[in-house]
Amino acid sequence: MLTIAKRVRLTPAGASLNGVRIRTGQTDTNGSLLTSIYREQVGDYPKFFKMDPLCKLGFLASEILLRDEPERFVPRHDRAVVLFNRSGSFASDSLYQHTIADAANYYPSPAVFVYTLPNIVTGEIAIRNKYYGETSFYVLDGAPAGRIAAIVSDLFSDPEVRSALCGWVEYPDDAHFDAALFLVERDGNSGMVWNEETITLLMNE
Amino acid sequence: MERALEHDLIVSIGDNILSPLGIGTEETYHAVNAGYSALQQYEGLWGIPEPFIASLLDHKAIARMLDDKFPTKSFAAYTSFERMAILSAAYALEQAAVDPASKRVVFFLSTTKGNVGLLDKENSYREEISLGYSARQICGFFRNPNAPVVVTNACTSGSCAQIAAMRALQSGRCDTAVVIGADVQSKFIVSGFQSFKALSSDPCRPFDKSRSGLNLGEAAATIVYSRRRPKDVHADDWVLCRGAIRNDANHISGPSRTGEGSYLALQAVLQDDCPIDRLAFVNTHGTATPYNDEMEAIAIDRAGLLSVPVNGLKGYFGHTMGAAGVLESILSMQAAANHTIPGTRGYSECGVSRPLQLSASHRVTGQRSFVKLLSGFGGCNAALLFRQGDELC
Repeated sequence: MLTIAKRVRLTPAGASLNGVRIRTGQTDTNGSLLTSIYREQVGDYPKFFKMDPLCKLGFLASEILLRDEPERFVPRHDRAVVLFNRSGSFASDSLYQHTIADAANYYPSPAVFVYTLPNIVTGEIAIRNKYYGETSFYVLDGAPAGRIAAIVSDLFSDPEVRSALCGWVEYPDDAHFDAALFLVERDGNSGMVWNEETITLLMNE
Repeated sequence: MERALEHDLIVSIGDNILSPLGIGTEETYHAVNAGYSALQQYEGLWGIPEPFIASLLDHKAIARMLDDKFPTKSFAAYTSFERMAILSAAYALEQAAVDPASKRVVFFLSTTKGNVGLLDKENSYREEISLGYSARQICGFFRNPNAPVVVTNACTSGSCAQIAAMRALQSGRCDTAVVIGADVQSKFIVSGFQSFKALSSDPCRPFDKSRSGLNLGEAAATIVYSRRRPKDVHADDWVLCRGAIRNDANHISGPSRTGEGSYLALQAVLQDDCPIDRLAFVNTHGTATPYNDEMEAIAIDRAGLLSVPVNGLKGYFGHTMGAAGVLESILSMQAAANHTIPGTRGYSECGVSRPLQLSASHRVTGQRSFVKLLSGFGGCNAALLFRQGDELC
C-alpha cells in the first residue's frame, strides 16, 4: 500500500507543510513571495535565481517538503520525481516567444529556451537532491486527481522505486501559481492512503 | 475474480510511421533501407535569419490524405500537429483492428512542444496552445471516452510514453494503449536549438569524428499496445519487455560526463533473462552533438555492451523530438524482424572515446532483441528492451 508521508502546498496565499501554515515574513520587499521564501527557507542555492518561475515554484515546494529529511543530499536511486500540470511551460514559452517575435529585436537565448520544457523542474529537483531515479512530467487536462493517483501508483511497479516526490506544479502566471507536492512511500505508516479521494481533498484544501 | 496480470506481456498489435521518407512504417523502412535521407537545407523559412537543415513533412499532403480517408469529416478545427497525429493513429488503429471508442482504450501522447508555433500569431495563453487540449482533440476525433495522458519529458518523451502505457496495461487500467509521438517544427524550436549552437550546418554525422550537431525533424508515429498471456504471444509478435527512466542528477542541459542516467537505465532493462549476445543492436539517441554521442558511448561501455552492434537513425529523418522514441522503436522492430541492423547514415570515422560497433552500412543480424536508448534535457534518460515472441521461450 502507498501512503503520503508528507505534503506541501505553495500558492500566492503562502505555504503550508502537512496542513500547517509556514510563516513567511516577506522581508524582501522588492522581491516576490517565492524569493522571500527562498531567503527564509533555503538561502544557500544561488542556482535558484537562474530558474524560471515553474522551476522556482517546484524547487521551493520540494525544499520545504524535504527539509527535515535525515541524510539529505546523499545520492539515492530509489526515489522518483514525477510532476504534473495543465499549462506545461507556458510562462517560459511566452517569455521566449518575445525574444524571437520581432526581426529587429531578435535575441533567442539558451538560458530562456531550456526552460521551455516543463520537465526541467524534475531535473532541478534531482540535481539538488542527487536523485538518480526516474524523473517524469505529465500534462493533464480536466480533473487530474484520478490520473495522478494511477500514474504514481503504476510507477511503483519499478522494483527500484521505494518513494516518490510527486504532485501538481502549475505556474501559468505570477497571480495563479499552485504547487501541491507529496512524498509518497511504499509501506509507509502515515495512515494517509495514496488514492484519488485523498489527492482531491488535499489539492482543494 | 480478476486474473493476475503481472505475468502478461505487452505486445505491439499495430504501428505507423508518418515521416517525410514515407507514409507508413513499410515505406519509411524501405527508404531507410535504400539509404535515403529527408534532410535538406531551408533558407528564410518562417523568418529565421540563419539557414538550417531539417527533415520536414508536407502538411498539405497530410491534409489531403485525411480528407480522402475521412471524406465526411472536416479537419478545419485541427492544427497541422493534431492532423498528423490523427492520421498516424488512424493507420495504426486500423492495423490493430481496435475500436478506439472503447472505454478500455487509453491514448498516450508524447510531444515536447505541440502547438507552440501558434504563439507566433498571438503570444497569450489560450486553451488550444496547451498539450492537454491537443491530446483531447486527437482522442476526441476517435470518440475515445477516456482522458488522454500527455508525457512531456523532453527528448525522451517517446520512450517514457511507452513505459507509461506499459504500466497502465500491466495494472489492468486499460486493455489497449495507443501511444502517439508527434512534433512539428517551428521558428520557436529551430531558433532555440540555434541559440544553443546545437544545430549542424550539414546533414548530421552521429558518432563521427567530424560531427558538429543535430538536425531537427518532423514526424508522427504510433504504436498500439495490448496485453497478452504468454501462451498467446506469437513468435513474430514484438514484446516491450522492460523500460526504465533514470536521471543524471547532473545538469539541466548538458549530458553527464559519466553517462550516469543512461547507464543506470541500461542496467535496469538488461537483466539475466536477456544475455547481451542475444541483442541485435542498441539503437542509440545518437543526435550527433559532440556531448550526447560521447555520453552514450560511455554509458554503453559501462553497461558492458561494447561487443553489441550500435546504430543511430537521425541521419535519415533528423531529431524528431517527441516522435523520436516511438518512430525509432518501430523502425528498429521492422529492421530486426528483417534481420537487418540499419546503418548509421552520416557516420564514417569513430569520434567517441569508446570502440563502439558502428557502421555506416546496413548489417545482417540473427538476433531479434534490441535496446532503444534516449536522453534529453532535464537530465532524463530512458531505455527500452524489445524482444520478439519466440525469443522469450
